[in-house]
Amino acid sequence: MASVAKEWREIPGRYNLRGTKCGSCGKVFFPSRSFCPVCRRESIGKVEDYKLDRHGEVYSFSVVHEAPESCSMLKPYAVVMVRNRDGVLLSGQMVDVDVDAIEIGMPVRAVLRKLDADGLAGVIHYGFKFTPDL
Amino acid sequence: MDVGIVSYGAYVPRYRIKPEEIGKIWGVDGKGMGKGLMIFEKSVPSPDEDVVTIATEAARNMMARVPEVDPQDIGAVYVGSESHPYAVKPTSTIVAESIEATPAMTAADLEFACKAGTAGIQACMGLVGSGMVRYGVAVGADTSQGAPGDALEYSASAGGAAFLIGSEGIIARIDKTASFTTDTPDFWRREGQPYPLHGGRFTGEPAYFRHIISAAKMLMKEMGTEPGDYQHAVFHQPNGKFPTRVAKQLGFSDEQIKFGLLTPNIGNTYSGAVPLGLANILDNAVPGDRIFVTSYGSGAGSDAFDITVTDAIEDYKRDNAPTLDKVLADPVYIDYGMYAKFMGKILMSE
Repeated sequence: MASVAKEWREIPGRYNLRGTKCGSCGKVFFPSRSFCPVCRRESIGKVEDYKLDRHGEVYSFSVVHEAPESCSMLKPYAVVMVRNRDGVLLSGQMVDVDVDAIEIGMPVRAVLRKLDADGLAGVIHYGFKFTPDL
Repeated sequence: MDVGIVSYGAYVPRYRIKPEEIGKIWGVDGKGMGKGLMIFEKSVPSPDEDVVTIATEAARNMMARVPEVDPQDIGAVYVGSESHPYAVKPTSTIVAESIEATPAMTAADLEFACKAGTAGIQACMGLVGSGMVRYGVAVGADTSQGAPGDALEYSASAGGAAFLIGSEGIIARIDKTASFTTDTPDFWRREGQPYPLHGGRFTGEPAYFRHIISAAKMLMKEMGTEPGDYQHAVFHQPNGKFPTRVAKQLGFSDEQIKFGLLTPNIGNTYSGAVPLGLANILDNAVPGDRIFVTSYGSGAGSDAFDITVTDAIEDYKRDNAPTLDKVLADPVYIDYGMYAKFMGKILMSE
């Protein structure tokens, strides 16, 4: 069972694609970082909260046939890399699509879905997955 | 002060199953059953969808259409459903977090069978009208349950719609609301039970029809209106037959209910049913249109609303989110085996 507190800390990123942006060079980080590895000392105190756009295009993908327990109901499914409208690469599961219909360049958007649950009695973990954009 | 709908959003899962596919498993004429109920297919949630994800998608579509509204100005979030994923732990906090309305706000989950969504609209009207909050969000959403082989299995589906209630930038003014409520045990689900039970034919005349007709007549009497004064009407739709019949009994035509009647193509979305019908009417409404709404929740009660579409709908950014036409296009049909897996009806090993 995952730590409830650890999962809770990740809510801003998982629900709303909250990352960070370096106030010095403008680079966006997702998941968020409090320090820019490019500007290093220059970035101290300048890294700001940044909400990433939920829309983007498939940059690359891979179809998963041997799934972990949490995703076994959805196999086969694709894990996609998505270049969002901010130019940031995100990765996640792609759902509500025939895996044979996924193409590089396909417009997608991030939606909220169940990622996992701690058994029948534990916490349900929600987060973003990708679906074809309407 | 005028209070009304500032924005709305809708969502229905992509998967569908047809009644003939369900009937085939249980040795029943499914096609005939579908014809009798006036349900030709119903939506099915994906295994990773529930009321939280459906309500969130609807609420995000609602917020996308009003980029000028700061979610921090939302003072209340109510999610009405009879399939909240937790028995204890609110759906509404997750939805509120997903539209970034937290933390200076109140929230609660509502339950009143199929009318918890419209009860949320009334609660938000009160909070906005009294000046307690600037905006309130009311969502009606369900992933409804029907026991395998039961008549409900042909209708129970999934979907939801969200409404931003306020007094500024109103696209549809709520002129009046009236409710009719009694203790009528026509449909229920006890704590811990996976499937609801119902009173069969008792769900008709003393329950659905009595409450809808009473609330509708009360409202029209208070407003001094008659059915002909409205361009659109939407009634609770556990199947396609009941709302068509109740509309006729009240004096509304098939033309008036055509945009509000979605059940024949998506099934009964319970708390989502009237909210989705209203969303589809608003997708097609023009300034000056008058809308008559009456929900029904077993147990039992009906909330009726008289709504007038304002000129503000012309500048409303409806296309910032998919309209129901787009949401419902391109469905994926599944067989009963896949349906059983999606709905968690297969007993898995630990």
